[in-house]
Amino acid sequence: MSKAEILGNVRRGLKRGEASDAQRQVVRQRLENRRANLIPARAQLPVSGQVELFKTMAREAAADLIELNTMDEVPAVAAEWLRHHHIEELVCANDEIVATLDWAGTADIRRETRVARAGDLASLTSCFAGIAETGTLMLYSQPESPTTLNFLPDNHLVILRRSQIVGVYEDAWQLLRDATGGKMPRTVNMITGPSRSADIEQKLQMGAHGPRTLVILLVND
Amino acid sequence: MQINSPRFKERAHQALDDANLQRALGNLKAGFPQKRAQAVACMPEFDDLRDQARDLKNHILEHLDLYLEQFESKVVENGGQVHWCRTGDDACQTILDICRAVDAKTVTKGKSMVSEEINLNAFLEANRIQPVETDLGEYILQLRGDHPSHIIAPAIHLNLEDVSDAFHRHHRRPKSDDPAVLMREAREMLRKQFVAADVGITGANFLVAETGSTIIVTNEGNGDLTQTLPKTHIVITSIEKVVPTLEDMTLFLRLLTRSATGQEFSVYNTLSTGPRRPGDLDGPENFHVVLVDNGRSDMIGSQFQEMLRCIRCSACMNHCPVYGAVGGHSYGWVYPGPMGSVLTPQLVGIEQAALLPNASTFCGKCEEVCPVRIPLPKLMRHWREKEFEKHLTPRAARYGLGGWSFFARRPRLYRLLSRVANRALRTLAGSKGRIHRLPLAGGWTDWRDMPAPSGRTFMQQWNEKKAGETAVSREKKA
Repeated sequence: MSKAEILGNVRRGLKRGEASDAQRQVVRQRLENRRANLIPARAQLPVSGQVELFKTMAREAAADLIELNTMDEVPAVAAEWLRHHHIEELVCANDEIVATLDWAGTADIRRETRVARAGDLASLTSCFAGIAETGTLMLYSQPESPTTLNFLPDNHLVILRRSQIVGVYEDAWQLLRDATGGKMPRTVNMITGPSRSADIEQKLQMGAHGPRTLVILLVND
Repeated sequence: MQINSPRFKERAHQALDDANLQRALGNLKAGFPQKRAQAVACMPEFDDLRDQARDLKNHILEHLDLYLEQFESKVVENGGQVHWCRTGDDACQTILDICRAVDAKTVTKGKSMVSEEINLNAFLEANRIQPVETDLGEYILQLRGDHPSHIIAPAIHLNLEDVSDAFHRHHRRPKSDDPAVLMREAREMLRKQFVAADVGITGANFLVAETGSTIIVTNEGNGDLTQTLPKTHIVITSIEKVVPTLEDMTLFLRLLTRSATGQEFSVYNTLSTGPRRPGDLDGPENFHVVLVDNGRSDMIGSQFQEMLRCIRCSACMNHCPVYGAVGGHSYGWVYPGPMGSVLTPQLVGIEQAALLPNASTFCGKCEEVCPVRIPLPKLMRHWREKEFEKHLTPRAARYGLGGWSFFARRPRLYRLLSRVANRALRTLAGSKGRIHRLPLAGGWTDWRDMPAPSGRTFMQQWNEKKAGETAVSREKKA
């Protein structure tokens, strides 16, 4: 009932009844073509330039960015980061990348693979893409990578492979459609730096409700 | 929220005399405009993006019924539900029904101006469901029994001591005046609420027709915890927020944060599409979108249609000299500043809100910074015309305008009078050229001197210049 009233009122305002075939065609084409609008020149760079831009922008957004030569270095570097911050536990995602890491030599760090709970100090996940334009990570929900890992723990460690870095958001949308067969996952997170708020006197404080620290482990592949 | 817009003048006077409020507003003026200017300087294409955003919004509004139907069908395809609500009351009742169906006791809330617009918190409380605001600013306001005074910086009217007092009273912890400590306190207090809540309610910045997704743009992460942890996620939003595709949403995202806080991008841009999927270990089991009209569809085809392009960035109020002087509460309802002065008369009626479109100097700064190029001064002028047509304009102003138009239509008399007035004012001002007191202009001279006219009237100068030019051209000919 309300739907008919609202749409009826919209159409009255537009001084027409049901949309014409031509109008439907215009809308269908817009939805199917998914044409990009103006894309800023900033990130239209060769790959090496995109990686450099990503690093600059992520750091500008107050992310910690650590560069690694191979995936094998991840456990030791992550463990070292945790020790340095006096953290002895890590909640891990169960995706292909994280699940196949070899944690030899890090027995002092308790690892669990599960969803996050209130009180967790640190999580480790991989991600879907890095977007150079603003130093943004894209992650999405799957059984292997529950969304709570990205928000509840105090510190979020994210593995990003160099080859996952794209220039602009539009590139990431296309990759996402390809990877998921066009069906949007339940949750897509674009994350740019750690949580923050300026609600008290407009003075910026880090760590409002999401992670206080975002650590990007950038692996050269 | 009670409508206090008819008391704008009185509240504005109080605001100007309120030293604490003036100190707090100083934080706004020193921050947002400068940060926006920096962000815009880093994006050379910014003005072209604004043109595209304006055109795209116009396209969407021309096809709004089609995009809304497409959005609904995609939400349903992904296992969610869309509830169409003609009024705020319908929306409140719909949300209550959803909460009751899952036997909800507590509800966490992400920031939503539409929920303020429909008075959702009071309605839920009256029905014994406890809403908990989780955005830091909104949380502070809820503890104080206060309302937002700004659409993205809700507690901008408060100072550190106010927050410190409120937390000390409610958290029963030692008083602190360190913003970092206060934020940590809020984080700890709210963590329990996030986990305990039965329902999470968020707003939406955009609705994507292509995928049936809703997106929230935040910095704190409270919206994400609000929508991920409870079993039911309700999105409360309004009909003009739909966009065609992810690419189209991207155009607006590039403009939104830069216009709002001056950040390159907000920390969390999160898309939600239906309830959790088979095998997912977290996320809500139910997903509802409550789509509110509440007077918006009446704006289509009217003089005010362009207002539906608004993406709620707050740039207009951040740059408004009137907002900066009197703060958001003076406007007396949910939406303050220039965008509110256009929207409020539509949503609550010009009878109650006629003072708002008059609370502008028409300096044009709001239109200059609007990311979707809404001609806000023009729309405020339309409301002034409507006010006049409906005989809502105060008698003194009507007589004043009537008197002026009498003389304006008699040019000789008008020029004579302006020459006399010009001389009288200069005499009154004396050698310093400033007038301390002037009958009928107390609103100005109570606060500052009125500068005397600088010399001859416009028409005198015009005639002299023309006479001079004629003389020059005669000389040339000779």
